[in-house]
Amino acid sequence: MENYFLILIGTVFVNNIVLAKILGLCPFMGVSKKLEAAIGMGMATTFVLTLASGASYLVNHYLLGSELAYLRTLSFIIVIASIVQFTEMFIHKTSPVLYQVLGIYLPLITTNCAVLGIPLLNVQENHDFIQSLFFGFGGAVGFALVLTTFAAMRERLEGADVPLPFKGSAIAMVTAGLMSIASMGFSGLVK
Amino acid sequence: MRTLHPFHGGIHPPEHKSQSTRQGIAAAPLPARLVVPLRQHNGNPARPVVAVGDHVLKGQMIGAPEGFISAAVHAPASGRVMAIEMQPIPHPSGLPDVSVVLEPDGEERWIERQAIDYRAIDPADLRNRLRDAGVVGLGGAVFPSHIKLDASGLETLVINAAECEPYITCDDMLMRERAAEVVQGIAIMQHVMAAREVLIGIEDNKPEAISAMQAACQGSGFEVVTVPTLYPSGSAKQLIKLLTGKEVPSGALAPQVGVQCFNVATAYTIHRAVNHGEPVISRIVTLTGNMEEPRNYEVLIGTPVGELVKVAKPRADTSGYLMGGPMMGLPLTDPGVPVVKATNCIIATSAELFPPPPRAMPCIRCTRCAQACPADLQPQELFWFAKAKNFAKAQEYQLFDCIECGCCNYVCPSHIPLVQFYRFAKSEIHAQERDRKASERARERHEFREFRLEREKQEKAAKHAAKAAQAAASPDGGSGDEAAAKKAAIQAAIDRAKAKKAAVTPQNVDDLPPEAQAKIDEIEERRTHARESAGQAAAVQKSDEGQGAS
Amino acid sequence: MLNALLVMIGLAVALGAVLGFASLKFKVEGNPLVEKVDAILPQIQCGQCGFPGCKPYAEAIASGKAAINLCAPGGEAVMKRLADLLGVEPQPLAAEAARPKPKQVALIDEQICIGCTLCFQACPVDAIVGAAKQVHTVLDSECTGCELCLPPCPVDCITMVPVEEGLNGWKWNYPVYPISDDARKDVEVTS
Repeated sequence: MENYFLILIGTVFVNNIVLAKILGLCPFMGVSKKLEAAIGMGMATTFVLTLASGASYLVNHYLLGSELAYLRTLSFIIVIASIVQFTEMFIHKTSPVLYQVLGIYLPLITTNCAVLGIPLLNVQENHDFIQSLFFGFGGAVGFALVLTTFAAMRERLEGADVPLPFKGSAIAMVTAGLMSIASMGFSGLVK
Repeated sequence: MRTLHPFHGGIHPPEHKSQSTRQGIAAAPLPARLVVPLRQHNGNPARPVVAVGDHVLKGQMIGAPEGFISAAVHAPASGRVMAIEMQPIPHPSGLPDVSVVLEPDGEERWIERQAIDYRAIDPADLRNRLRDAGVVGLGGAVFPSHIKLDASGLETLVINAAECEPYITCDDMLMRERAAEVVQGIAIMQHVMAAREVLIGIEDNKPEAISAMQAACQGSGFEVVTVPTLYPSGSAKQLIKLLTGKEVPSGALAPQVGVQCFNVATAYTIHRAVNHGEPVISRIVTLTGNMEEPRNYEVLIGTPVGELVKVAKPRADTSGYLMGGPMMGLPLTDPGVPVVKATNCIIATSAELFPPPPRAMPCIRCTRCAQACPADLQPQELFWFAKAKNFAKAQEYQLFDCIECGCCNYVCPSHIPLVQFYRFAKSEIHAQERDRKASERARERHEFREFRLEREKQEKAAKHAAKAAQAAASPDGGSGDEAAAKKAAIQAAIDRAKAKKAAVTPQNVDDLPPEAQAKIDEIEERRTHARESAGQAAAVQKSDEGQGAS
Repeated sequence: MLNALLVMIGLAVALGAVLGFASLKFKVEGNPLVEKVDAILPQIQCGQCGFPGCKPYAEAIASGKAAINLCAPGGEAVMKRLADLLGVEPQPLAAEAARPKPKQVALIDEQICIGCTLCFQACPVDAIVGAAKQVHTVLDSECTGCELCLPPCPVDCITMVPVEEGLNGWKWNYPVYPISDDARKDVEVTS
């Protein structure tokens, strides 16, 4: 039990997928202009990433094994893309409200490298099925947390008197860098 | 001693009140011209009910209330209606508005005045009478009082006599000199609203007014509550909090917490309207600031400010005039603007009394504004979002709870004109809301039109089918003839229209300068051309219809 | 080798089948995006975008067949809101849409009108009242200023009059105030 808790804390704060592992930067920069959009994207990613971790564990463990390890990346991509597509259709049908919220962000998840990175890290660290699920969920929550925090900051940056050469993406990059440095403060939290 | 419930924030600007209270209220002289705007209250402007050239009596209704949120407007003096036209009014835009211009005849003949026995008539009827007497809130918001009085079984009636803004002393003087009449007005309000408790809040910098009111309230059961001098304790929501401890929720009205608040001058006008049958045609105005003889005057509504201020002798270095107090007042751009029901004070400004504000520095987020804000808002955040035109966020931070009191401006160490940003954001949001409603309406109308066209098409098709069936049944079928007859009739109509148009002979065309003649020729040519193409278009269309019918 | 091929083919077929099944099972008619786009468009129904009205343009935008920068009456503001909604970069307005026009309404010169009914057949919001051989008139409050009634008029009796700024529609200006010299140096860098 303690193990799972540590995985959660570790992935959300200490080894944050965005700030420590520098993965998933495209949606981090792209979907952080508005807080609402960032929350939607965070929710969608959490949902997909948890499923993808579990599914890719199953594919890797039962289908590929060690002899077909070189097919890992390829098959993971296919699995993730299918899950995203399936999720989109499923949500569209069952919950129009949720679809309105997540709608246009769902397809973007396919291209989120964090979603591929986490299943690959799962394999690297030899997680079992439950651990993989926790690792995926924790990583996604970490992503969502950082994304929403960053979006809230960027909304304020809109109104700030930023020197002209730094306006827009430039100051956002600086902010992201500062966030990354700040997150190093968590590094002593879990050994 | 009643426990007070202080509101958050507030400031202590220098009072400047003593100079205008040295002498009692005097009547201002009758001006040569009165300009009475028809929009002197919140809501719909009044509808003019007199014509140019009419002779009106003092107190005669010249503008009737239009709709529910509206109030009547009356002639302040007997005289003749010279014009009903656009005239400058006191408004931040400087735009003119429809006003009735009167020339007083100096006779001051009143209309027939009739006192109302308010205990004998139905409260609804009394409210209508007040609307017709033009009674509105005289504290500055000028909201029609009859609407606010429509709250029966009230817990607390709060009478706002705090008069917290610097310089203004009109309510102070009113209470000193006419306390008994004010109390009679309050009694009417209490009767209409069946209020259980009446609290009169007066700031402790007006000891004479307090003792006068206390003496007048003897035996009435009304309680005069002395409140500490703190701007803006005269704001309705803040005074309610101060006296009753109840906070009016955001977006709600005072009666929802069982309280209603009226200005003390409104109570006086209600007394005049009910017990004397006199509509609101004058009010007490403080003339102060850079003047030799600052004093309170009873001024007829419609008196041009430029003419009025002469009685108080403005000093030579007067640079302009403010309507209202220095915190929330409105700089007057045109000396021709009239005194309206909202005018409680006119301050002559000079570079010495009102030096231009120091140049602004950037916001350093010191949050002094948040400490001073009586509405408990975060002015620095509102400023941030209003400046970035992020109106949705500004609304999230309760922009519309801002009372524009100016406390944040006053304390801002960077001298940023914060209130201007809030006003800008508020009016932008209102404009967006209007646009949204307009486009919503346009969409509905467009969709209905599409539906209507579709329906007409179907109806036509059904009719044709029926006709075709009929024609098939009767072998000789006269539809061809019918169409031809219709076409001929249409052609005849077009010819008639053409003839009629050609028959219009121009007037005043003798000895025109050559360029004017050339212009006319050009127009004439265009017109002939237009007529021809019109004929063609009409013919084409009619032949289309003819074909459709056959 | 054969193993790898079989695994990949199997994976592809299985996922393909699942997605195919899902696309049939979770089929949804209509596109909720159209409504959202339509809500942003100003509903003037002028057709200046090249589509016959706001709804068709909204449909074209939602299905990706039209650019977001074609709405002339909406101008910059509408384009920016569309960009926000669709998550795309704002684009400069198309040449035909770039000329900002003051708010205006149609006015029929009743001396010249011949009562031909052509204009009110063209009006997209039924804002012109009249009947054959009767003088027509425009309902100011309903007119959207789309100018669609101008071309059909055979006698050119319709003119567009700008709506005067009245007290009801008056707005406060964006505050402009003097700033200190020190602050100005900063502003020169920021703008």
